[in-house]
Amino acid sequence: MGTNVSLKDKFQAYVDAENKVEPKDWMPEKYRRTLIRQISQHAHSEIIGMQPEANWITRAPSLRAKLILLAKVQDEAGHGLYLYSAAETLGEPREKMIADLQSGKAKYSSIFNYPTPSWADMGTIGWLVDGAAIQNQVMLTRTSYGPYARAMVKICKEESFHQRQGYEIVMKLAQGTPEQRSMAQESLNRWWWPSLMMFGPSDDNSPNSEQSMQWKIKRKSNDTLRQEFIDKTVPQAEYLGLTIPDDNLKWNSERGHYDFGEIDWREFYEVIKGNGPCNKERIAHHKKST
Amino acid sequence: MSESNWKLWEVFLRSKNGLSHKHVGSLHAADSEMAIKNARDVYTRRSEGISIWVVPSEEITASAPDEKDPLFTPSDDKVYRHPTFYDIPDDVEHM
Repeated sequence: MGTNVSLKDKFQAYVDAENKVEPKDWMPEKYRRTLIRQISQHAHSEIIGMQPEANWITRAPSLRAKLILLAKVQDEAGHGLYLYSAAETLGEPREKMIADLQSGKAKYSSIFNYPTPSWADMGTIGWLVDGAAIQNQVMLTRTSYGPYARAMVKICKEESFHQRQGYEIVMKLAQGTPEQRSMAQESLNRWWWPSLMMFGPSDDNSPNSEQSMQWKIKRKSNDTLRQEFIDKTVPQAEYLGLTIPDDNLKWNSERGHYDFGEIDWREFYEVIKGNGPCNKERIAHHKKST
Repeated sequence: MSESNWKLWEVFLRSKNGLSHKHVGSLHAADSEMAIKNARDVYTRRSEGISIWVVPSEEITASAPDEKDPLFTPSDDKVYRHPTFYDIPDDVEHM
């Protein structure tokens, strides 16, 4: 027991000194399990995230739009693979991760359980969903586990294209005919709150966060990341002349941040539990493809 | 799942001639030809490479992390292996 404690202390000191942990290094079992859970969830999100967008490949409004969407969906597949590889370096077999996804034991980002009924959603997803993902992933390029950090560097480079192509789609609609404008607004109305939920529960309801921060797996809290995302996104919406669906959203010059309304956490937990609009469809489709 | 017996391969890319191949990640494939094709799709979608090596992960022998000290510390006290160890007057050029 004594040596066990000292190994953990040594590990903490090593991480505190901003050193990276590599696959064969000693690490606390809980560190390994936390990473396997987080990286595999992240990988599953990339893979399931292909579905809402693939929905529009055959109906993209132009050849240019179709090529871009194809490239983006292919990127998501690639991102899933980088992440599965990173998780495998921790000794978790790929098949087990896939089985856990399909049985519902492993989760993926709740955002991908929402439907994409409109072409405008291809824009909004790139702008908001990939934007929120980038906010989180930029932080993760400095995560303490080497293979995860390296996968994130590569992913972040590619995500920037995703967000920009999305914003371009929304911009075209927002600057188009009144019907196109209302398509963009309607899509923003549906995606805004689920995008904010992507950062996870608020800090006082996030039991794993503290340990993850201590191990430098995470470096910023859920609420901090969410606030950063809102602060960046509000001016982008203003530029488009679109209205963010939150009556309580306003600049707080004292805090130097936007204040915003209450997130409906009941909805968040319902979707996580499997009761979102598309949970069953997403997993059924994944099973069909393997 | 059909993939369950596929080997894991480590992927190395040469970004351009004159530079060495560098490890970029790994992937599963049934054989080396498939590993190259998959590596092309997974790791070179944005002109990251002009040459790919794939090596079965199980063929790589790595030094053990806990042997780090006996393996690598002996070189720490051999400062005379570095050019800066030697005091040469500034007047002596091209050295």
